Amino acid sequence: MRTRLLYSRILARLGLVAGVAAVFAGCSEPAVKTLRVGNGADPQALDPHIVQGVPEHRIISTLLEGLVDTDRRTLEPVPAVASSWEISAGGTVYTFHLRPEARWSNGDPVTAHDFVYSWRRILTPTLAADYAYMLHCLKNGKAFNEGKLDDFSWVGAKALDDRTLEVTLEAPNPSFLSMQTYTAWYPVHQPTVEAFGRLDQRDNRWTRPGNFVGNGAFVLERWVPNNVIEVVKNDLYWNAGSVRLPRIQFYPIDNLLTEERSFRTGQLHLTETIPLTKVPVYVRERPDLIRIDPYLGTYFYRINVTRAPFTDVRVRRAFALALDREAIADRVMTGGQKPARTFCVPEAVGYACPVGIDYDVDEARRLLVEAGYPDGKGLPPIEILFNTNEAHKTIAEAVQRMWKENLDADVTLANQDWKVYLASQNTLNYQVSRASWIGDYNDPINFLDCFITDGGNNRTGWSSAEYDDLIHRASREPDPQARLELFAKAEAILLEEAPIIPIYHYTRTFLLSPDVIGWQSNILGYISFKHLDLRDSALEPRPVIRLKGRS
Amino acid sequence: MTRFIVNRLVEIVPVLFIIVTLVFFMIRLAPGGPFDTEKSAPPEVLENLEAYYHLDLPLYRQYLMYLGRLVHGDLGPSFKNSNFSVNELIALGFPVSLELGLYALAVALAIGLAAGISASLKPNSARDYVPMSLAMAGICIPNFVLGPLLVLVFALWLGWLPSSGWDGPLYKILPALTLGAAYAAYVARLTRGSMLEVLSQDFIRTARAKGLSEARVVLRHALRGGIQPVVSFLGPAAAGLLSGSFVIETIFQIPGLGRLFVQAAFNRDYTMILGTVLFYAFLILVFNLAVDVIEAFLDPRIREEHRDHA
Repeated sequence: MRTRLLYSRILARLGLVAGVAAVFAGCSEPAVKTLRVGNGADPQALDPHIVQGVPEHRIISTLLEGLVDTDRRTLEPVPAVASSWEISAGGTVYTFHLRPEARWSNGDPVTAHDFVYSWRRILTPTLAADYAYMLHCLKNGKAFNEGKLDDFSWVGAKALDDRTLEVTLEAPNPSFLSMQTYTAWYPVHQPTVEAFGRLDQRDNRWTRPGNFVGNGAFVLERWVPNNVIEVVKNDLYWNAGSVRLPRIQFYPIDNLLTEERSFRTGQLHLTETIPLTKVPVYVRERPDLIRIDPYLGTYFYRINVTRAPFTDVRVRRAFALALDREAIADRVMTGGQKPARTFCVPEAVGYACPVGIDYDVDEARRLLVEAGYPDGKGLPPIEILFNTNEAHKTIAEAVQRMWKENLDADVTLANQDWKVYLASQNTLNYQVSRASWIGDYNDPINFLDCFITDGGNNRTGWSSAEYDDLIHRASREPDPQARLELFAKAEAILLEEAPIIPIYHYTRTFLLSPDVIGWQSNILGYISFKHLDLRDSALEPRPVIRLKGRS
Repeated sequence: MTRFIVNRLVEIVPVLFIIVTLVFFMIRLAPGGPFDTEKSAPPEVLENLEAYYHLDLPLYRQYLMYLGRLVHGDLGPSFKNSNFSVNELIALGFPVSLELGLYALAVALAIGLAAGISASLKPNSARDYVPMSLAMAGICIPNFVLGPLLVLVFALWLGWLPSSGWDGPLYKILPALTLGAAYAAYVARLTRGSMLEVLSQDFIRTARAKGLSEARVVLRHALRGGIQPVVSFLGPAAAGLLSGSFVIETIFQIPGLGRLFVQAAFNRDYTMILGTVLFYAFLILVFNLAVDVIEAFLDPRIREEHRDHA
């Protein structure tokens, strides 16, 4: 009896707590259509000249706009701040005509001088911008960035007047216009940058909400690191009439499972990715929510050619030939990945990849015999290095099995923390290492440039004078078709010599709410937020998405 | 007593100094640096970057520079979050972790005390076995399992609560429950044990004989003695709650300090690692001091001990 009294008191208190919770639950958000985006990692910064990653690019491309944008389907250049442009006969001089109605979010006009200032800023050595090398294609851009040249007037960027910008390149570059969607080329507002710090100050506060002056379709409203970045429509944007979303929130959710759950409870309209194990579940039960798009990237293995037995090209080829890529793409990966027989992605526009590497066990065994390892006898143990991750492990296990079955090679697996793994690759402290390359822009040079002798992204110890020469010639070739042919020749050498083993071409798998209107996929995974909208029904609460399969 | 406190406060400085020194050199032993990425920038760009952050100087000079800044309370810029200083990031992250920790502590005490008291009133009955088995399970189930389970039930099946984020009161329920659960289990077991002991003592029988209500006997007389082991447990528990919320912050996408700390280690964000380690160390030292002082106030014997040693 007495204890019952005690319980009734406790229950009464619990009831009070529940009541308070119910009051809070009744609070609802103001009814503004808000697109909520899962954006992967927390952005490193919102300064276009400091950042380099995809999450940063997504946010900054809503806040700032370059000279040229790309058509979100074909990825062809379309006018942005520049309403038109001319290219000189030799392909090295571009003259851009800036639209008079382009304005900064404080009302100032966007001028050619803004671009000259911005490019000077990113190329300033003391700013130490990672992606400054994108502007090395400007005449003398590299020299200025390396501190060998102090006077920026020697660099190929000149404001002929407020609305005319003349750009001179070192060599013809068919990707120059497409590259303009990269944040490195975006303009910044000089008075704002200099009001909050120095030109070369990486922690300059001009990018904070309230300070940020941009020329994009949206303006920065809120930025809480590790939590949310919110942008709202910019009414001063030159094409504001076509922008439909009033507000976008970017959530830095780096945990895949958390992100997927947030999507199911309706907290996100768009995710960055989706856990591998959930792909088949969605494909089976909710194909209307999952998107599997081709993506300009290749998953491959690097081979350290400085260590036996891989000093012998026949052994490298044998290992490359003994991989059943179809099986890995279809059965190990489940997100529609395509087996990769080449390093460049075949969907890339206009480029005819060489034939590439087949799955040919007989040829692989024959090469091993030739190299002095009949039936794998005498082969030292091979170790596959990967950064700690379930998917990489699963693939490595499949590869391990195939090399054992096909070549009778003893293969072990080693996983390392991300930074340790990068250091191991950089110092060639590995035999075979998992790797990936995601293209910045749709051009073979962006892929093939990796493997020039001593290139920072080579990391295999491989070197070929012929390959270097082909890449060098291609990068100076004014005729687009001849240029692509040179690239194809170079890639054929790369695949023949096999310092790398392509495994599959990426797809981008993610979840997209049916409330989102105007979605357009492209191979760069480039999202044009100014073209998106939400259905009015997005304001209503949605039921939780239920899945029957593994969750 | 004042001398004891002053002595202990003075001791904090050399301890922090040793920690800074050890951590500063230890993190440089880890392979890989803050600017290693899958897409490597050209060497001249990397050189510029290292020069900007003075990473090109000899290590001892970097160390002296760091100490010089530290004396002024400046923890330096974050390498990863280029737009923010380490001071700012800690100032943003810590209140969130603190708030989460306090809720979790409240959960731990509310559930733990209620379950412990209830179990001790009817020992060896279902009312004892059920909550105590749950408490055992609570101690055994790691929070990275409990968290997603709670999300599954309350967010995905019932649709009552959001699955992640830190926007409003509703968002805070599941993380606080998850983080508090294991501590609630400890509190429940501690409370039950000591309550059983206290309830069997003579003064309780006297209180009952005098006709006091059971609620008064339990809450006023027995609990005062029964709660003492819980109070001693709260010191380390509070420190654990504040610094150990990394997993919860990741599962529920909470912008707290735990996540910043662990991400900094993954990113080799040297200044951020140092800053957070120092901050946590300072916090724990102050916390331990506070617990010692409180204990001294509660127990005259400890107070005497301090007097002897001081």
